[in-house]
This record gives sequence, C-alpha cells and structure tokens, in this order.
Amino acid sequence: MANGNTVAENFYHQSTNKHKGILSWLLTVDHKRIGLMYLISVLTFFVVGIIIGLLMRLELIAPGKQLMEAQTYNSLFTLHGVIMIFLFIIPGLPAVFGNFFLPIQIGARDVAFPRLNLLSWYVYVVGAILALVSLFLPGGPIDTGWTFYVPYSVRSTTNVSLAIFAAFILGFSSILTGINFVTTTHRLRAPGMSFFKMPLFVWATYATAWIQIIATPVVGITILLVMIERAFGVGIFDPALGGDPILFQHLFWIYSHPAVYIMILPAMGVVSEIIPTFSRRTIFGYRAIAMSSLAIAFVGYLVWAHHMFTSGMSDTARWIFSLLTFIVALPSGVKVFNWVATMYKGSIDPKPPFLWVMNFIFLFSIGGLTGLVLGSLATDIHVHDTYFVVAHFHYVMFGGTGTIFFAALHYWFPKMFGRMYNDKLARIAVALYFIGFNMLYFPKFILGYMGMPRRYYDYLPQFEPLQRISTVGSWILAGTIFLIIGYLFHALVKGKKATSNPWGGVTLEWHIPSPPPLENFKEIPTVTHEPYDFSQLKEMKNE
Amino acid sequence: MENHTKSHHPGYSTYFFVWLALLAFTSITVTVAGISLGKYTMLVALGIAAIKSALVINIFMHIKFEEKIFKVFLALSFFTLLIIFILTSFDIIYR
Amino acid sequence: MSSHQEGTVAHVHRDDIGAKMGMWLFLFTEVLLFGGMFLVYAFYRFQHQDQFRVAAMELNTGIGTLNTVILLTSSLTVALAIAAIQKGNRFLSVLMLNITLVFAVMFMVNKYFEWSAKISHGLFPGSKEMLDLPNGQILFYGLYYVMTGLHALHVIIGVVILSFMLIQLMKKKITQDNHVKLENAGLYWHLVDLIWIFLFPLFYLIQ
Repeated sequence: MANGNTVAENFYHQSTNKHKGILSWLLTVDHKRIGLMYLISVLTFFVVGIIIGLLMRLELIAPGKQLMEAQTYNSLFTLHGVIMIFLFIIPGLPAVFGNFFLPIQIGARDVAFPRLNLLSWYVYVVGAILALVSLFLPGGPIDTGWTFYVPYSVRSTTNVSLAIFAAFILGFSSILTGINFVTTTHRLRAPGMSFFKMPLFVWATYATAWIQIIATPVVGITILLVMIERAFGVGIFDPALGGDPILFQHLFWIYSHPAVYIMILPAMGVVSEIIPTFSRRTIFGYRAIAMSSLAIAFVGYLVWAHHMFTSGMSDTARWIFSLLTFIVALPSGVKVFNWVATMYKGSIDPKPPFLWVMNFIFLFSIGGLTGLVLGSLATDIHVHDTYFVVAHFHYVMFGGTGTIFFAALHYWFPKMFGRMYNDKLARIAVALYFIGFNMLYFPKFILGYMGMPRRYYDYLPQFEPLQRISTVGSWILAGTIFLIIGYLFHALVKGKKATSNPWGGVTLEWHIPSPPPLENFKEIPTVTHEPYDFSQLKEMKNE
Repeated sequence: MENHTKSHHPGYSTYFFVWLALLAFTSITVTVAGISLGKYTMLVALGIAAIKSALVINIFMHIKFEEKIFKVFLALSFFTLLIIFILTSFDIIYR
Repeated sequence: MSSHQEGTVAHVHRDDIGAKMGMWLFLFTEVLLFGGMFLVYAFYRFQHQDQFRVAAMELNTGIGTLNTVILLTSSLTVALAIAAIQKGNRFLSVLMLNITLVFAVMFMVNKYFEWSAKISHGLFPGSKEMLDLPNGQILFYGLYYVMTGLHALHVIIGVVILSFMLIQLMKKKITQDNHVKLENAGLYWHLVDLIWIFLFPLFYLIQ
C-alpha cells in the first residue's frame, strides 16, 4: 500500500477547480491545500518575528545604545508581540494542522464550509498585510506594546488605528476557522465515529474552536471602541472624558486570557496523539483528557483579571481572581499525569517527534510552575511587569506551543509531504533547541526576580552578564530553527519516500496514503475501534 | 438527501400572536418606565426585555423546534456572557 | 451530547442543519460583540447613575418606541416570509420580504431624524457643548452613539442581505425544499431585532 498509489492520486496533483499552477492553489477549497497555505504564511511571519527578536536581543547585549534608538526598540517589541501572537501562535496549530488533520481524523472528505475556509485564509492575509503596511506609513510603527493599553493607545501618534484594525481582521479569520471546526466536528463525523471515539487532537481543536467563537468578539469590540475613540473623540476609555482604563484591561483580557488557551490547547492535543503512537500503548485516561480540554476552555474564562493585580482594581476582585487562577492547574495536571501514565510500561520508541514532546513537557512544566508564582497575589506584586513575566510567558507559549509546532511538523511531515527527513539531524535539533531555549529564557527569571523591568531599552550594569547569556542563547535557538527549516526543505526535495504509516500510528490519517488523495478517503470508513487501539496495527499491515 | 429541514413549522397565526405579545410587552415597559419604581426600574425593564427576547428566540428564530444541541450551544453562550458580567462586577462593586 | 444520526451525513453535500449550525455560531459571536458593549454600559452606568438619568432625558422616547414597533413588526414579516416559502407560497414570501425592507428603511429614516436633531443641538462627540457636560453624560452620549450606531450598521447589512435573498427568491434559487439561505438571513434579522429589544430600555427608558 505504501507506494502502491500512482503519483497522480494525491492532493498535490488533483485540483478542486479547473485551474492549473498557482491559481489552482489560490482558489482551492481543499482543506489540505488551505492548511499548507497557512503553513507557508505562518512560517514566513514566524521567521520575521524571530528576526525582530534577534535584533532586540542584540540591542540588549550591553547597557546603553547598541544599534537602534529607544523609539525603534519600542516599535520592535510591539511588532514582535503582534506578529508572534496574532500571526504565528494563534493560527499556528489550529489553522495549519487543524485544517489538515481534523477532517481526516474524523473520517470526513473536507470541512463543513470549504469556501468559508478559503475566505478565512484570505482574511488572514489581508490582516497580515495591513499590519505590515502600518509599519511604513507616516506616523511610524505602533509603539504601545501588543496589549494596546489605553490611554496611551488613544493618544499615541503612531499608526495605532491601522495596526489594531489588522488585529480586528485577524480575529475575524480566527472566528471563521472556529465556526468551521465546530460545525465540522458535529456534522461530518464518519459512521461509528462517536464523540468518544474521536482522537484527542480533534477534542482539543474542538474546544479551541469554541474559545475562538466565544472570546474573539470581545477583543473585536474592544479594538473597535479604541478605533472609534481615536477617530471621533468619543469618550469611552479616556480618563479625561470620564472613561476607565481598567475597564479596557478587563475587556482586553476577557479575550486575551482565553486566547492563551487557543494557543496551548491544540498543542496539548498533539501531545496526546504523539505519546500513544510512540509508546505503542493506548492513551491512559482518554475521557479525562478529552473532558479536561473542555474544562480548560471553560475555566479559561474565569481567570482573566490575574493579569491586572497591580492595575488598581478592587481587592475583592484581586483575591477572587487569584483563587480562581489556581483552578486552571487542575485540568492541566490531569493531562500531564495521564501522559506520563501512558508511557508507563509502554514500549517507547524515542523517534524525533517523541523527543520534541519530551522537550515540551520539560519546558512547559517550568512555564506552568512559574505561573503559580504569578497567579498568587502576593508574589505577583513583586515580579509584575518584570522579565519574570516575559520568561514565564515564553516558557508557556514558545516552550509549549512553539515546541509542539515543531513536534507536529516532525510527526505529520511524512503524511503531509510524503517524504522523510533526516533522523539524525532532527535529533541534534532537539538537543540544540533545548540548550538554546533555556539559555535564552532562564536567565530572564533571575533578572526579573532581581528587578529588571520588561520592555526597557536600557538596564543597570549588574544585569549585563545574564543579559549577555540570554543574547547568546537567542543565537543558538534561532540557528536551530533555521537548521530545522533547512533540513525539512531538503527533505521535501531529496528526502526518501514516506510509507503510509511510518510511525505505526492508528488514527485515521495513518490508514490513507502519504500524501493523502483529494477528498481523503476512497470510501468513508466505518469506525469500530477505540481511537488508540494498537491491536489494529496488524490488520492495517495486511490492508 | 433525507437530511433537509423537516422540523415542525408553526403556522402564520402563531407568529401573529407572538407579535401581538411583543407589542403588548413593549407598551407595558414604556408605561412602567413612567412610574417610579426606585431601584427596581432597571430590573423590571430588563426582565421584560428578557421575556421579549425569549419569545423572539424560541418562536421567530425557531430554537424551540431545533435539535437539542442548538439549545445547548445557546445556553453555553449566554452562560459565558453571564459569567463575564458577574466576575467583572466584583471589581466595580467593591472598588 | 451527540446523537448517532449526526455522524451519518458525512457524504451528503448539502447539509441544512449544518448550515444553520454555522449561522447560529456566527450569531453567538455577534451576541458576545454586543455583550462586550453592554458590559461597558453596565460598568459606567454603575459609576454614574445620576448623570445617565439626566442625559437620557434628552432622548426622544417617542421615536425610540416607534422604532421598537417597526423592528418587531419587521421581525414578524420576515418570519412570515420564511413560513410562506416553506408552504410553497412564493408570492406571499416575496411580498413579506418587501415589507420587511420597507420597515428597515423606515427605521433608518427615523434614526436619521433622531441623530440629526441631536447633532443640531451640538450633542455629538468632540463638540464644545458635549465637552462642557459632566463626565457621566459624555460617557452616556458616547455609548449612545456607538451602540445605536453599530446597531444601525447591522440594520444596513441586514438590508443588503435581505435584498440579496429577495433577488434569489424571485429567480427561484430559493424554493420550498431549499430555503436554508433565507432562514439564515431571517436569523440575522431577528438578531438585529433582539439587540434593539435591549438597547431600547437601556437608553430611552431611564427616568
């Protein structure tokens, strides 16, 4: 079955429209092609974000001015945040891997609204272009930080309106994807694919889609209000006109805290796919993991104001939100313990995707545990708005979601492109990534604890050694990422052909050829097995 | 193609009566607004608005006749909105 | 949570229930969008209860009530238009959609007179008269313009969608067994009505 299919029988050669070449991609409604289009755009902006990050780290290699003015630095940290969050992490897993694998994993031919799916990609591109255009227009790039806090964002003379409008548009794209995934999951499951037979990546993406639908409009309206305030001088958040800037912070975090779960939930879903496959053992506590995804999505709405402990909101709200914040640890803990329990007595095969997941568990645990320091009211006061927050955030988002982005890429690469990458290089990359990552971000915990504030252009001389280690770490980490992109590109051209099931996975995507044909299945499968029932591997070999 | 809408459709008269009820509630809420009820004014106004919206959602928007999952979705959305309001109130009320 | 028949439609290309589900999910995003604004309203009304009351006296309850009646009636006609096509009565359906559009335009005309009266009194964002008012009143008028303005924008979008449906209906693209598009357009129109049901007492009926 491996290479039994002829070349023409995969989605690269079959178009959903009558066009050829680039047009057959730009007008496609095939969820796999749209997923790949997202992959290319998301990777592009990821690289841009990395370069901005490298420049910032280079500026901070020594105290005082190195290569840019302070105002440029303000714009760079804003852009780094906006690009990485709105253009890379939020669409990264759901729009790329969700698009490609969610329909396949539930045994569907496509998503519920294929044309809407294409539209959401175009909306994403328009948003991204607007964000880029705002850099070069007179007025200069936005300098408010990615949180757009009022009253500064109302008064700043930089191109705030256009940049936040770009964020509004990107929110639209996110909503469309969410609507598509919820409907697809409810309406297009193959016969026999009951809710509790769905792979855990589907569960996680489904929960994510709900957050995208329910939370994104809140930030949409918040952004819209800031734009209206800037354009017409309406009094809404501006304290000079009676407005309350803390209310803006509430509205912003009502979205942006759940958005953190938009970023991390699909990553947790990918982990729940990779661990059973490389442990050759059914997942431990399937229902608990599935339900914990929904629980995280829900609890994510209850904790937003822990970003605002020092903002001046009421003491009652502060202790309530601090208390609620600790609840988040429960469903996350359920997941981690079940993953570990899955590996227990499994027959572990440490292939690169599995090693990436190990990387994730380590980095994410540090991120999660330092989150407790920030979630407790008393300790947060000390480290609020310091590098400690920056370090925590990067351990969770980059160490969590970013790492899993690479895990997913290594896990599904053979399925998506039909080629294998170099195993040895992939292992080296995991190790280098681990070293570079910890060198870059761990010193920031210490710096923050010592009192280094975030978003500062300059610093005291005693911080120099740690800042320097951090900068060197950024070179290692960025170098590793370019190495990964390099060997994956090489594999695209020169890699040896992948079989339909190189890892011995049992979810539906491993039952079809690599790369999959258009519409995925010759015949819609009837699902009889539990999602991670490895006893079917024998039957699959005979297919 | 067995999958097309085959839900129960209410007749013209049902819609007509719902419309009459909506108009009636509108006149009640306008009349009541003239009377001073102290701190209950807002509660009464919002209560009537809630009844009116329940009528629109259930009958005009057919939610009463849709599959159960639609009702679950609706409840979920309103519940989330409610939670956002309650949690924010802990700040504003106790400040 | 799931029913078995849900999974069996995988190969069917037309899925009316799926289309409606997508529409409802979209409506939730609208509810949350306006929900965010109602949160802003609640927050500021709590802080400036008296000022809100004083400012609301300036609003014209008569026009507000008239517009409520207009929108409620247009909701009825759009519901009747859907009921008519479900029974195969295309003529009645077209008629009802036309009446809906007329009501929508009437709503906007009223809105125009209401706003222009306010603006001619110098009550608009950024005006000198406005900036002289106490903070609570500035916030009230700011919210009044933004919330009713955003609602009016939805009315306009609704008019565009319903006109498009009217054309499809007359071209017989919407039929007795294929009318989910019209139903979804109707859902959108009811949502516009629903939001007004809350805007009306919160702005026009504070005394």
